[in-house]
Amino acid sequence: MKPPPFTYHDPRSVEDAVALLAEKDNAKLLAGGQSLMPMLNMRFVLPDDVIDINLIDGLADIRDDGDALVFGGMTRQRDIEYSDLVAQRCPLMKEAILNVGHRQTRNRGTYGGSMSHLDPSAELPSVSMAQDAVVTVQKKGGIRDIAMADFPMGYMMPSFELDEMVTSIRVPLWPEGHGYSFVEFARRHGDFAITSSAVLLDVEAGGRIKRASITVGGVGPSPLRVTAVEEGLTGEIGSVELFTEIAEKCREIDAMEDVYAPAWYRQHLASVLTRRALGKAFSRAANGTEMTLR
Amino acid sequence: MGAKMFGARVARLEDPRLLTGRGSYTDDFHLPGMLEAAFVRSPHSHAKINGIDTAAAKAHPGVVAVYTVADLPEYLRDMTVPFQVPNPAISQPFQQRLLEDREVCFAGEPIALVVADSRYNAEDAATLVEIDFDILPGASDCKSALDDNAPMCHANSSNNEGAKYTVGYGDVSDAFANAHLTHREEYWIHRGGGFAIENRAVVAEYNELQDMLTIWSATQSPFLVKQNVVDMLGWESDKVRVIAPDVGGGFGPKTIYYVEEALIPLVAKELGHPVKWVEDRRENFLATNMERDQYWDMEIAVDAGGKLLGVRGKMTHDSGAYMPWGIISPYISATTLPGPYILPAYELETRVALTNKVAVTPVRGAGRPQAVFAMERLMDRAADKLGIDRVEIRRRNLIPTEQMPYALGLIFRDGKPMTYDSGDYPKCQVEALRIADYEGFRARQETARAEDRHIGLGIANYVEGTGLGPFEGATVRIQPSGRICIYTGGGDSGQGHWTTLAQVAADKFGVGIEDIDVQKGDTGKIASGVGTFASRIAVNAGSSVHLAATEVREKALKVAAYMLEAAEEDLDIVDGRVVVKGADLSVGLAEIARAVQGMPGFSLPGGVEPGLEATHYFSPSQSCYCNGTAVVEVEVDPETGWVDILKYSMAHDSGTLINPFVVDGQVQGAVAQGVGNALLEWMIYDDNANPVSASFAEYLLPSAPETPNVDVVHIESPSPINPLGVKGAGEGGTIPAPAAIMSAIEDALSPWNVVISGAPITPSMIVEKVRAGS
Amino acid sequence: MSDRRTISVTINGEAYEREVETRLTLADFIRHEVLLTGTHVGCEHGVCGACTILLNGRTARSCLMLAVQANGQEIMTVEGIAPNDTELHPLQQAFQDNHGLQCGFCTPGMLTTLIEFLGDNPDPTEREVREAISGNLCRCTGYQGIVAAALDAAKRLKGKETAGA
Repeated sequence: MKPPPFTYHDPRSVEDAVALLAEKDNAKLLAGGQSLMPMLNMRFVLPDDVIDINLIDGLADIRDDGDALVFGGMTRQRDIEYSDLVAQRCPLMKEAILNVGHRQTRNRGTYGGSMSHLDPSAELPSVSMAQDAVVTVQKKGGIRDIAMADFPMGYMMPSFELDEMVTSIRVPLWPEGHGYSFVEFARRHGDFAITSSAVLLDVEAGGRIKRASITVGGVGPSPLRVTAVEEGLTGEIGSVELFTEIAEKCREIDAMEDVYAPAWYRQHLASVLTRRALGKAFSRAANGTEMTLR
Repeated sequence: MGAKMFGARVARLEDPRLLTGRGSYTDDFHLPGMLEAAFVRSPHSHAKINGIDTAAAKAHPGVVAVYTVADLPEYLRDMTVPFQVPNPAISQPFQQRLLEDREVCFAGEPIALVVADSRYNAEDAATLVEIDFDILPGASDCKSALDDNAPMCHANSSNNEGAKYTVGYGDVSDAFANAHLTHREEYWIHRGGGFAIENRAVVAEYNELQDMLTIWSATQSPFLVKQNVVDMLGWESDKVRVIAPDVGGGFGPKTIYYVEEALIPLVAKELGHPVKWVEDRRENFLATNMERDQYWDMEIAVDAGGKLLGVRGKMTHDSGAYMPWGIISPYISATTLPGPYILPAYELETRVALTNKVAVTPVRGAGRPQAVFAMERLMDRAADKLGIDRVEIRRRNLIPTEQMPYALGLIFRDGKPMTYDSGDYPKCQVEALRIADYEGFRARQETARAEDRHIGLGIANYVEGTGLGPFEGATVRIQPSGRICIYTGGGDSGQGHWTTLAQVAADKFGVGIEDIDVQKGDTGKIASGVGTFASRIAVNAGSSVHLAATEVREKALKVAAYMLEAAEEDLDIVDGRVVVKGADLSVGLAEIARAVQGMPGFSLPGGVEPGLEATHYFSPSQSCYCNGTAVVEVEVDPETGWVDILKYSMAHDSGTLINPFVVDGQVQGAVAQGVGNALLEWMIYDDNANPVSASFAEYLLPSAPETPNVDVVHIESPSPINPLGVKGAGEGGTIPAPAAIMSAIEDALSPWNVVISGAPITPSMIVEKVRAGS
Repeated sequence: MSDRRTISVTINGEAYEREVETRLTLADFIRHEVLLTGTHVGCEHGVCGACTILLNGRTARSCLMLAVQANGQEIMTVEGIAPNDTELHPLQQAFQDNHGLQCGFCTPGMLTTLIEFLGDNPDPTEREVREAISGNLCRCTGYQGIVAAALDAAKRLKGKETAGA
């Protein structure tokens, strides 16, 4: 299990990196390496060129942009975990990040790398989906934004081109006092979840839900917004009965199946976890009420 | 000194080296001119090989040699690994060739060996070896493999049955005819592996000046490696030295002799360079032996009071494609089933199936977790059907301690009639329940249910034959420096032999364990040895150290009596010096050691033999039987299927303890492996026996958050059949774990009448059962 | 021909300059080029954690980095934890005193991980310790001794701080 031969490049600017991407037709970007390196060691990927983007300055900042946080593509997962800005302004991401791998992998793993790998149950793509993030990608001679809704094209397949790289992710923030919850079910702590549910609730006085965002990971080929649940919540007053009933709609999601988890189980978990996450999020919302939903 | 070392809870001598990165594992050796090897292995579970082309691989930069069968010396081309443990019940004892060029029978079977200047280049070249395969269907599931129309594991066989035998005693038909109640059920226990964190590794170096071949191997059994190298390669025994340096975990699979341990020495000698091969994790999944897959179709008969009348049934054992250790594992399974209970009649027919998977040989527990699972499930079923508490039915059937030694009526794998040598099974169960707070459990369960939480308690008992022969010896030598050195044959893969064997010897010389060195796992240091497996070192090597140290002590006293001109009975050994009691007169062990080296031309003092040393090879008359009770309290989330082990209690009787600290660690680690077998570890194969879950991302080992703390209470029933009274302790934690955990899950989910008949169980399986029951 | 570079890496305070193939993993560089064999390799796919080292004070799996990526960086391995040749670091001492190791193969990764963790969280709960080492597999101990050692080490390190202050 040793990496195959390749030519190594360590560009110092995004421009140089994307120029290399344009020039080399079998190249791989090396960000945090927590997914690419195992695949290289197992020779599941055999690139001719590896372009290491760790030495590019200015790609790892977390910036407060008023109504959004903007993360450089090379922001390490650990920096998200320990960011006060994230904890205060985007608590869903803080809650989710603690489920991402292990401390050694969070030290290296990056936001942009996680988005580019796009595992269907990865936490950061789920949170990005829930928060309606916008991903900025760059190639030689062009920069463009991709709305999160358009970002996944299929199973582990983001919609940017082979000569493009993720340079930043803009995460719009929810109003202060919003409810949030990230719940996942994994076989072991730190494993990729079988299923996860990310819930954001904007709750008005009286417990009426003004806006809801529900994202289920690990069920479909990529994180999915469950609009049926969102619509069913909007304008309603949060209650145990409502959440219990509405979460059942998650059973209707088209689900993947593999030797490790059958489709019905993923759908079932999506429903259970979403119900629990709704209860937690509503309890946390400034205008919500404390409720226990097992 | 003065503090008694034997039995003391002392920290290990091994640790400072290992904690500071100064251990020396096989991959840590860097010898001048060393080459590295990589294997080309079959990607298919079963295939015919039409041709192998190594031209491109040989031309790759850095490559020194590529070996296929055709490149081996002629006498080795068709040679198979020597069959270790023959048995007349075995009808098709297939053994592996060094390399294969006709038919591969499991994914991972070696076909070619590439030697290069680096592992990187060797792996590059390995991908360039072109092999023309005809893919054949593979026998995957062991039960279906015995069907008439099953694909053949070996193309030339007419069936996949490797062995068949029946064990038992008593009148089983009569027992069932007179039963108040019977229950029949099928059980399945899945395959699982050892998965030491260090993979296998071999380094071999031929020294032409000394005409000596030295092999370092990450093995549990350096003497078995040596014996097989000698047998296969035809080299003289005194020209081969095998060393097991620090070994990063064993758990059974490293007991076995593998083809790599013949090939690497062979090519090192042929190429005139040291050669290293380090198994990578993928190879470990494919080519290191595993265990456990068994189906049991079992029936129990009890009287109205829940007393056992008989157990009968059939078991199917998955042997993989080859049988290097014959029927050791399934035979242990068959003889373990009666356990700690008075079982008047028993009959089990076992069929061993050949499948296109890596061979099955013992993994920690060695056939016992399966048998205990079957028996303990049957006990639970009988209790439930009779409306008796699961604890109570066990209590009524445990062998009372007054009946020890207890002859079971079976013959064990060592060929001796099975006689439990000692043990207090009722006390063990009582103690386990006490530390588990069984009395308070039903109230806890009720409270929890009121909060919509589902907790459950499970129990399982077991008896385990440990300390198997034939022998493991020890030399105890006092060196001219006065330092005491012990040599023994079995390697150490984490058990702490240095510490515990030093504890056995220290009191004989009134010294601390830090004054004693233990050199183990080196065929150059002691004439004979066997290996570290089957929970046998404390019993065998420990007893040998005791005997040898006693002899050395007696000799030291005899020589000192001569030197001090005192009577032997007036002497004692204190702090490494022989003293005359009540007088200010003494002589150090160092001086005595030098005295018995002798002086040219003078006779030795007291007419003794030279050297202050002794060697003993303790050979036990039979196995000694360790036993224990596991009590597990779990909380289950019926909606997600999550199982949280709240409390794991274990009463454990491995006889007299040499070091309770070390035994605690053995039990805790063994439990973790049992937890893996029960809840996490699943080696998935497709219908043609191609491995699916061949990485640590897919085959799940227990990690720290999922592993419970284990409360251990030690019962000490000394074994009467060795001088120390010790029994083996390395496997007991694993054996009852799946049975106890499943029992606890069933109890937690009793509102849904959940019944579990297999291991492991996954969250989705639990949810499925809950849904079926609601 | 193979892609090679000369790199300079500081390990445990000592600078090492070597010409390496760019595909060489950092783990293999440390073990087989610098010959610091205390760092172990157990899976080479980033799960077992035996190869964990500290890169500029932060843990990393050295099987998931290329040696060239460590150029100009500071690494600490298990060999750099003890204060000198005869004394153990309080964490190492706690491992010995709590039977936190058996075969010793996962131990270097456990130690480096806990060095970082106890720096981040000097007063952890048992649950926090278990999550901190969730990326380090041990097959021998059942983790019980390791967790006890980490909790004990936290106490010792705090005591040391107080004594030093």
